Amino acid sequence: MTDPKGIAVGLSIPKFENQEKVLGEARYIADLQRANVLHAAILGSPVPHARIRGYDVSKALAAPGVVAVLTGDDVPDGRMGAFIKDEHALAKGKVLYVGEPVAAVAAETEAQARAACRLIEVDYDELPAVLSPEDGLAAGAPILHEHLADYVKVFDAGSGGNVASRTRFEEGDVDRAWTECDVIVEGEYTTQAQAHVAIEPCGALAEYEAGGRITLWSANQSVFRVQANVCESLNLPMTKLRCLTPRVGGGFGNKMEAHIQPIVVALALKCRRNVRMILTREEDFEIVRARHPFRIRMKTGAKKDGTLVAREIEVLLDCGAFADDSPGVLGYSLLMSPGPYRIPHRRAHGQLVYTNKLRFGAFRGFGQPQVSFAGEQQIDEIAGRLGIDPIEMRRRNMLREGDAWFVGQQVASNGLAACIDAVEKASGWRDRPKATRHGTKRRALGMSVTAHISGLLGTGAIVRVLEDGTVVLNTGATDIGQGSDTVLTQICAEALQLPVDKVSVASPDTDGSPYNWGTTASRVTYTAGRAVVGAARAVEAKLKQHASEMLECGVGDLELRAGGRVGIVGVPGAEVSFAAISGRAHWAVGGPIVGEHTLVFDQMTHDPKRAVAIGLPFARIGVFSFGAVVVEVEIDEVTGKTRVVEAWSAADVGRAINPQLVEVQLEGAFVQGMGLALFEEMVWDGPRLANPSLMDYKVPTSRDAPYAIHSIIVEAPEPDGPFGAKGAGEIGINVIPSAIANAVAAGTGHRHHHLPLTSERVLDGLIEAEAAA
Amino acid sequence: MIDDRQDLLLQVNGARRRVSAEGSDTLLTVLRDQLGLTGAKRGCNQGVCGSCTVEVDGWPVRGCLSLAAACEGHEIVTIEGTGRDPVMAVLQRQFVVRGAVQCGFCTPGMLISARRLLQDQPRPDAEAVQAALSGNICRCTGYRKIIDAVLAAAEELAQ
Repeated sequence: MTDPKGIAVGLSIPKFENQEKVLGEARYIADLQRANVLHAAILGSPVPHARIRGYDVSKALAAPGVVAVLTGDDVPDGRMGAFIKDEHALAKGKVLYVGEPVAAVAAETEAQARAACRLIEVDYDELPAVLSPEDGLAAGAPILHEHLADYVKVFDAGSGGNVASRTRFEEGDVDRAWTECDVIVEGEYTTQAQAHVAIEPCGALAEYEAGGRITLWSANQSVFRVQANVCESLNLPMTKLRCLTPRVGGGFGNKMEAHIQPIVVALALKCRRNVRMILTREEDFEIVRARHPFRIRMKTGAKKDGTLVAREIEVLLDCGAFADDSPGVLGYSLLMSPGPYRIPHRRAHGQLVYTNKLRFGAFRGFGQPQVSFAGEQQIDEIAGRLGIDPIEMRRRNMLREGDAWFVGQQVASNGLAACIDAVEKASGWRDRPKATRHGTKRRALGMSVTAHISGLLGTGAIVRVLEDGTVVLNTGATDIGQGSDTVLTQICAEALQLPVDKVSVASPDTDGSPYNWGTTASRVTYTAGRAVVGAARAVEAKLKQHASEMLECGVGDLELRAGGRVGIVGVPGAEVSFAAISGRAHWAVGGPIVGEHTLVFDQMTHDPKRAVAIGLPFARIGVFSFGAVVVEVEIDEVTGKTRVVEAWSAADVGRAINPQLVEVQLEGAFVQGMGLALFEEMVWDGPRLANPSLMDYKVPTSRDAPYAIHSIIVEAPEPDGPFGAKGAGEIGINVIPSAIANAVAAGTGHRHHHLPLTSERVLDGLIEAEAAA
Repeated sequence: MIDDRQDLLLQVNGARRRVSAEGSDTLLTVLRDQLGLTGAKRGCNQGVCGSCTVEVDGWPVRGCLSLAAACEGHEIVTIEGTGRDPVMAVLQRQFVVRGAVQCGFCTPGMLISARRLLQDQPRPDAEAVQAALSGNICRCTGYRKIIDAVLAAAEELAQ
């Protein structure tokens, strides 16, 4: 790799597409206009669980403007799913939750399509519903997926009954270890469903091409996952579907797997016309996906000096109607549940249970905010019982260089100690009282630490040198607003010593881009960045080969020079420009210069000599980043209302390719985590989601969020990361509910086991603590 | 469905635009679907998220809650029509350089609200910015960089 000289990496360059966004020129899925387009709408199931006896679509077909009606009878029997292939393009044979798309209409206008949906008659044979994981596990529970055993699964899921998957990890001798502990804390915790609320609702536009090929635009986090899901569910060869992306209005996991793309493609194939569908906010709430509610039982034990000895966790996850990314969330939350600590004896196990609700799936943090809510509170409780400062407690037990993660993978870079030092210092932790009272207001500090991975699966990059010596970078990674186009450009520019404005980024295209699994798992900077460095290195080798022939010297005597030149080391004037080299390559010798590099993340998660791992969904997961946060909360004694006054959030991102973009990840993650901690909650009234609107589901506004969120970047370079970088997208959210709960406990004397920490709950806790005192 | 389509004459971004709208069509629908002005976004269609914010007679309004027919005779300005306004130009530049833009879906509405704030209150503090933008939801940034961008714009305009 070329030594970083700071021509691009490490600079807070504004994201390239900011300009078009402030002018209102950015085009998102709902902004795309096409001639001869039909508008689609969906009919959602009114019941949570039923067999479909039949449909009467005659009235809908006769309605004005209607071109086609699509039901389960019209779609192939293919099934899609990232871990368990359990989902059709739309309900076929059965419906599994209220709102599940059961039919769709394509019409000349959206109003006509929506009106016609109401004319479709579906004959349901209603079945008893499973509305909680506990219900799903009960003897004699109605079974959602009768053919679960026959579904294709990508790992040893252990499925059966309503259990979609189960996972178990174990290291040491947990049962014996409890006898070595001087202090043991134990508790049961629950967390709520959180909606992603990417401000752009999901949508898709399928263009029907001559010969029956479809070009599909959609709000997405991976054009390749869109392609795979549509083709699997509709039994299409991948050659028949090209997936592209407009600008995407946020994701947070919501747009990683399929939403309505298969329905829109099926309609376009049926009508042989362009079809467009944009979900309403209500539909987006009801039918896409959400963060899993967790039930957690956790037990942690330590010696008198604070040394952690053992931890056991058992979780029960609400899967919703389809597995989606849930098996991954179960496995990952268990893998990360010990936290970034040395704990010799640990066991983590759990189950994922199908219920008659919308699917739960990937959401920033991927199960970590939930298990951290239990785990980091228990660390504080042990510290409290032993009279040890919470930060000191964490320092004594933190994972150190050379340590392995739970079940065996070696941790390479580890900036945890620096993160803890940074938030301790910045917040003035040592010199401040941890809880104070001012009239009827109490203020208190809380802290929490975490680790996260960045990695997973396959990625590629292609770098092409154009005739004028500028470069086009093509990775297939969808930028959902976080700025990966800019970051990957910075990496490419640095590797080739080019100014960033000499590099352009190709928009992801399944026809023309190398594979990229997706914008998920905090992975794009790390994995796609590695591919970009590899591709740039291949280009560098070709540029130098040409230059050696042009300058009549050995390849080993050449260096890249800033600004797009190759020169002889130590001879300032002896150099050729990229433009001259590329011209030669295009018109005389060797052919146009293209460099490519692909990789798959290949470090093993599990070391069988060290631990037991059953039902591990990710055999090779990723490299580790670390984080720590301190929050100051204010609690109103009269109402229980709790707000965050100030926060200090540190993350070890290896190397900040673009510091401003890392900061805004930490700030945005903080506020999203604060919403989860304090008030966001999807509420069901029986089987029906009761608050599928922004009027009834509150997300933080600029008045709820503290202005004083201090993001602190720590850099412990990852040996194989691009210029040392690792991910930053999720780490900042993991710690927020636990840190806020720790602060509330410090301020009120009450430990909360249920999220969110609403005013009512905090007030009840205050009253209970006062009564006990 | 009752077809109560009627012709309307709207004053949009300084030009007279003839559109044909149903009585129930909102200003947002007409701007986006008939006039191709897609800068204002549909985030909730319920008046909560603020991503449809446009100006009517100088005031930020929810495009999704305003009936198009009621906007006849009023001056409508969208993000696309704010090009020559010096306050907006400074705000846009500060949003770009201070990283106040992530996915960008809320950005046009946020800018319209911020411009009105700076017209009313040229030197707001952070709290005033938080209050003025509290009707525009951003799910990406955590708001800090947006507030900083507005404060920086105010400072630049004061010089």
